[in-house]
Amino acid sequence: MSALTLAASAAGTAHAAGAVRADNRVPLPDIPALVIPALGDTLIMVGVTMAIVVLVGIPLGAIVHNLGPDGLFPHRAGHTVLSWIISIGRSLPFLVLMASIIPFTRLITGTNIGIPAAVVPMSIAGIAFFTRIVENSLRSVPREYAKVSIASGGSTVQVIITAQLAEAVPSIIGGLTINTIAMIEYSAIAGTIGAGGIGYVAVTYGYQRFDHAVMIATIIILVATVALTQLLGDRVARALTPASRDRRRAGRGDRGGRTGNGRVAEERMPVAA
Amino acid sequence: MIRLDQLSKVYGSGDAAATVLDRLDLAVDTGRVFAVVGPSGAGKSTLAQCVTLLEKPTSGRVVVNGDDLTALGADDLRVARRRIGTIFQQDGLFSRRTAADNVALPLQYLGVTKAETRARVAELLDRVGLADKAKHYPHQLSGGQRQRVGIARALALRPSVLLSDEATSGLDPDSTASIVRLLRELRDDLGLSILFITHEMDTVLQVADSVARLDHGRIVEQGELTALLRDPDSALGAQLRPARAALPAADGDRVWTVSYAGDVPGDWIGRLGARLAAPIALLGAAVEQIDGVPVGRASLGIPASLVADDVAAALSELGLAVRRAAVASSASKNDVDAQPAAEPAEPAADDLTELIGVRA
Repeated sequence: MSALTLAASAAGTAHAAGAVRADNRVPLPDIPALVIPALGDTLIMVGVTMAIVVLVGIPLGAIVHNLGPDGLFPHRAGHTVLSWIISIGRSLPFLVLMASIIPFTRLITGTNIGIPAAVVPMSIAGIAFFTRIVENSLRSVPREYAKVSIASGGSTVQVIITAQLAEAVPSIIGGLTINTIAMIEYSAIAGTIGAGGIGYVAVTYGYQRFDHAVMIATIIILVATVALTQLLGDRVARALTPASRDRRRAGRGDRGGRTGNGRVAEERMPVAA
Repeated sequence: MIRLDQLSKVYGSGDAAATVLDRLDLAVDTGRVFAVVGPSGAGKSTLAQCVTLLEKPTSGRVVVNGDDLTALGADDLRVARRRIGTIFQQDGLFSRRTAADNVALPLQYLGVTKAETRARVAELLDRVGLADKAKHYPHQLSGGQRQRVGIARALALRPSVLLSDEATSGLDPDSTASIVRLLRELRDDLGLSILFITHEMDTVLQVADSVARLDHGRIVEQGELTALLRDPDSALGAQLRPARAALPAADGDRVWTVSYAGDVPGDWIGRLGARLAAPIALLGAAVEQIDGVPVGRASLGIPASLVADDVAAALSELGLAVRRAAVASSASKNDVDAQPAAEPAEPAADDLTELIGVRA
């Protein structure tokens, strides 16, 4: 339980920014000074985590997919083992995962509080999540492409990059969006054991001190962050899909904005988590 | 040229083994189009995959320009595959690449410089008549245009063999005709050996120099296209040009089904009537020119009172061969499977007419 004790002391330092009132509530004008740096911490945590997740998850997802029955180098035992490891990573609730790997986290980062300590469990959960997303996106790419690629003289790596990953990019971006939003959520959970960020503020001020104004501020910020992430993800995925780019243009030109937007909603990339 | 020696492909083993290709032999000479036809499930797509070694044959050899591809290891095989350009069904264009980038794919794999790639891609797109579509994405092109891009991509590495796996299936007749024209031009200009796998008999008539029929993993008949068409007993010839239902013969007439086998004079019906001194009824006919050779078939109603041997001799003199296998009325299209596989042969008209046994 040392983590929780440390979390409490971290709370003390963070709080030094605002003046403490008798009822222990943060005055309204001080809320931005409390919440905005916390948002910065959250974005750093999620940003660093997602960079690691993408770097590891894309190759890992490609390997898992290609070890599978429809892959380029099917290998039943290898596929089963990797798949089990990923499933275990996926099946633990994040709080349990985070608590259970504290020794590992400390080994890597030398600490078990703060942003670096949060990034380790978040990356592990995120990699397991993203590997499945990449695998799933690759599965939806027609196998024909790999055949074309092999017949055109492509090496295995060339086939994976050009005929699998490149064709799956919009779908992977869609999955990446879902994954990033999940990581924002995980960062809030990590915040409760002292990682800082929006989640930490929400729990220590909003929940433990019944400070409704802070609670509402964190909620607004989280909703806005998630909505922006989704919007950005959708935009990028669409921009990277030539066919949907055209439809959007056609929708705007011929039928006016409203129909255009309606059609865009229909086209959202189908991504299964 | 490309040659298949005793090529076999067996899936599974023991009791569950399924032989999909059974000791196939075929050869496509330089500058020739060799069509392989057959019903679905005959093994056509497995054949296509074995030729490019996307599937490893169980036994037998694939020989391209004298080199045995089946003997190569993975790396050498990758190099050797570049000698075979493949055109796929549904074109197989990458949806996120422009036409030019799709054509550039094999060059990119090979590590060709950007400038060289650009020049070669422009040349290839020009060759297939799509110079103005370089920047278009596949979804902005028609089916026929997409298949042209596929052909340009297949030609990128200057292969000597082109494998077309159902390349025209699913295209409208105009697009099919234009793709076929392009393939024949390429055959002549580049001296390609083209292995054309399809289930569309019409397309075979337009494109092929030779044809083989694949059924249950075996080649049951093969030969020159025109020879098969002129052989009245060829099951494949009959499949290639399915007979339309002919008119029924009048009472007292016997039905004769004849094929053009030699130099048939244009006014042969009149001549036949004069020669036999009897009225000749034309019950059904199709005459056309394929590869510069007249090909035709006709059902005739000839009085049964005439001596069959005389009629046969008269037909033979006019360069016509009589179908001997079955009664004409039931000899329409789809009974060919029931017939024994004919030997691939280029029989002279005289040989055939000697074989005639006249059926009632």
